[in-house]
This record gives sequence, C-alpha cells and structure tokens, in this order.
Amino acid sequence: MEITLRVNGSRRTVEVDPRVSLLDLLRERLGLTGSKKGCDHGQCGACTMLIDGRRANACLALAVAQDGSDITTVEGLADGDRPHPLQAAFIEHDAFQCGYCTPGQLCSAAGMLAEGGPSAVTEDLAGDPALTAEEIRERMSGNLCRCGAYPNIVTAIAEVAR
Amino acid sequence: MRPFEYARAGDPADAVARFRPGTMYLGGGTNLVDLMRLGVAEPEFLVDVSRLPLDRIEPDGDGLRVGAAVRNSDLGAHPLVRERYPMLARAVLAGASGQIRNMATVGGNLLQRTRCPYFQDVSKPCNKRQPGSGCPAIGGDHSNLAILGHSPACVATHPSDMAVALAALDARVHVTGPGGDRVIPMPGLHRLPGDEPERDTVVEPGELVTAVHLPAPPPGASHYRKVRERASFAFALMSIAAALDVAADGTVRDCRIALGAVAHAPWRCERAERALRGAPAGEESFTRAAEAELEQARPLPRNAHKVPLARNLIVRTLLELAP
Repeated sequence: MEITLRVNGSRRTVEVDPRVSLLDLLRERLGLTGSKKGCDHGQCGACTMLIDGRRANACLALAVAQDGSDITTVEGLADGDRPHPLQAAFIEHDAFQCGYCTPGQLCSAAGMLAEGGPSAVTEDLAGDPALTAEEIRERMSGNLCRCGAYPNIVTAIAEVAR
Repeated sequence: MRPFEYARAGDPADAVARFRPGTMYLGGGTNLVDLMRLGVAEPEFLVDVSRLPLDRIEPDGDGLRVGAAVRNSDLGAHPLVRERYPMLARAVLAGASGQIRNMATVGGNLLQRTRCPYFQDVSKPCNKRQPGSGCPAIGGDHSNLAILGHSPACVATHPSDMAVALAALDARVHVTGPGGDRVIPMPGLHRLPGDEPERDTVVEPGELVTAVHLPAPPPGASHYRKVRERASFAFALMSIAAALDVAADGTVRDCRIALGAVAHAPWRCERAERALRGAPAGEESFTRAAEAELEQARPLPRNAHKVPLARNLIVRTLLELAP
C-alpha cells in the first residue's frame, strides 16, 4: 500500500506491506537508524518517536495506519548543527552509558515536556504540577535504561524543564 | 505475522459495513499489534477505526460522553474528568506508560485481552486462545490470576485499570453493529469465563464500540488505588475503585466498590456494597463488608495471598474515604 508521511520535515511517499511497523519502515527503508528496536513489544521505549507531536512506541504502530502523519525521530530534534536543549543537557550531565536507549529517552522527554496535566504521582488532580524528580521519573517510566543511567537522565530533563 | 489486508474506515457505519468474518477493528494497536506479532491474533482484515470522528469528550445531561477513539492520555488529562470523575482520571493515569496512553483508545482499552502468560504464548495450550485445548494456568503459574468468578476452563483476569473505574461509575457502553445500535451497562460488558472463555465480552462479531456514557458521578469521596510489583508501568496485582458517601449521623448512605485483577471482568463488589449501606462508617463495618464479598472467593493454590490482599485493600481504601 502507498502511504505518505512527513518525516523530520521531508515528505516521503513509500510502498509498504501492511505488516511493517513504523519503526521498521524508518530504520530499514528510510535509513533512519537513530530510533532503536529494543523489545519490539512496547515495553522498553527505545523506539519512542513523536507522531503528530505526541510521543509513541513506533514498534506498536503499523506504518500503514500512520498515512498522513507527521513523524519526528531523534534525527529531527536538532536545529541544524545546534543540538536540541535536551541533547545538550544529556551531554552536559552524562545521561547515558551505552547510549542504546538514548534516542528513545530524548524523544520521550521532548514529548513529555509538551504534555502537562497530572500524573499518577500528582497529589492534586486540578493543577499542572511542577516537574519534580518524582514527576519526571513517573512520566518517563515507559523508557527503560538497562545501564541504570536514570539519576543523570532525570537531572538532564529537570534542567530543560526549568 | 500473518499477511492481512488493511483499510481505514471513514465513519462508524463504514467500519461496520466493511466487517466480514476474519476482520478485527484496529484502535491504537498497543495490544492488538503486539498480539499479532506474537501469533495470538491472526486477523485477515484490519479495519482501522482509530481516526473515526469519535474523539470528543462532551457533557451529556448530568454526565459525560466519551468517544471511543479518545486517547487514554486525553481522557486522563480532561478537566471535567479530573474534576468530576477523579477515580477515572486516577485509573487512566495509573495504566501503562505515557507513550502507550498517547496511542491507546477508550474502545481498545475496554476490549484489550488478558495478559495471562499462557494466553500470550502460542506454544502452550489455552482455552481462551484455542477452545478445548486446556488451561495450563490452573496447574501452573497462576499467582496473579483470578480468585473470583473463574471456571475450570479459564482463570484469566482482565487487565484494564480504566474498566475498573467505569464499572464502579455505572458507565454505559454504546456499540453499533450489523444489528443496529445498543447500550451495554458497565458491569456487564465483560463476561465471566464459564465454558466459553474465548469470549471476553458480550460484544458481538462486527459490533464496534462508539462511546462510553458516564452518568452523574456518585456522591461522596472517591479514589482509585493500584497495587503492583513496581511503582510505575506495570499491570495491577490488584486495584480498587471506590466511592463512599457518609450521612451526618456517621452511617454509610451509599458506596461503590469495584476490584481489578481479581476476575475475568472488573469485579463490582455488590455484596460488600449491600452490607455497607446503612452501617456505621468504620473499620468494623468495612471489614465485615469485605469479608461478605470475599466469602465467594475461590483462590487457587498459588494465589491465596490475593484474598487477604483484597480484604486489606477494601478496608484501607474505605478508611481513607471515610470522613
């Protein structure tokens, strides 16, 4: 089936088998290998990217179902040669070890910072709580880091959230 | 993954018209795509209903109408849901991860399948996946499976958090299908397994969930509490949605109690509710009510711990809600 996506600002029209995930399409066909395949079951978050501005697990998204969508991957976060503030903060705070989960962490954090509203750890449902370390940990729980770089990931995101 | 055809439906009537045997409706795909990859679900035709114009949350009489294509994150963040139905907002926020809540729809959340490990493993027998093949969970790993309402054919639990709150709120599920439109009251959408564990719900083939109607919220304080093995992004070991309305003389005027992860359906605690109405709002009544409900529990050898867990969860949550 033919689908058209806007990927990191460029219009791409491709022929896809209905079985192909958005993640596999971008990695295997469009050469965008920044997004990583971890579990392929929506449990690890390594494939997180923004679909129409909202973070999603691209391994669980069928490519055909995204026809007409606007996709941002880790390759599209920077502004030319200027890293995204989250990328700069991850470098500044050493928020990774092996780096495999990092593209998903960055895209997830970018989507999360735009979300607002309460989370499962928010006391008062009425407001938009400040992004404390506890709030960031809860909101980023869909992104695993098997190296355990969580403390520095939280610090990096908190710096950008301020 | 087995090959399949794909089509995007234009409106609910178009989706229903496209339905034929072997068809499944695709919402956010967070459960269905995974089940297809595991070989558990093998649709021949996917009709994509995720972009149908069913994505609004609107006041409806003294309640609220939630479209079936509303994303879980939009439901949990909606000001009217947070203000009037806090147990529902809490239940939705307790489910899955930020990414999955952005994808998952209300209709899909209701119709998601059990996470019983044998159901998800095609190398094992499972009466729900392959009727008549047997239930290895009964003699195997059932530590997190049902204690209420199960049958010799199936001890699976329903995994949704949202559905537990909807059961406590007396929500009504609107469906459309080849036979027309109908409304299904919310404890009642999900079935107990009996000898047909392959049927999770009373939704018939070809029927499509279009909306959930919430009646006026119950009076009094309410809460949703989830017990799980880690602090976030895990299915419930058990959960509770409860509301408690206490009169000036300290007796219970009304209450709602529903438990999650104890049965094949969200479990509305009708016996406990009956025992509580008119009783003094205190630990003794709460304990008696919980025990009245759990008299009918039939724990399996490796999940007997869920009975005291349920009792303590009911008592502690009601104590928090009591003035």
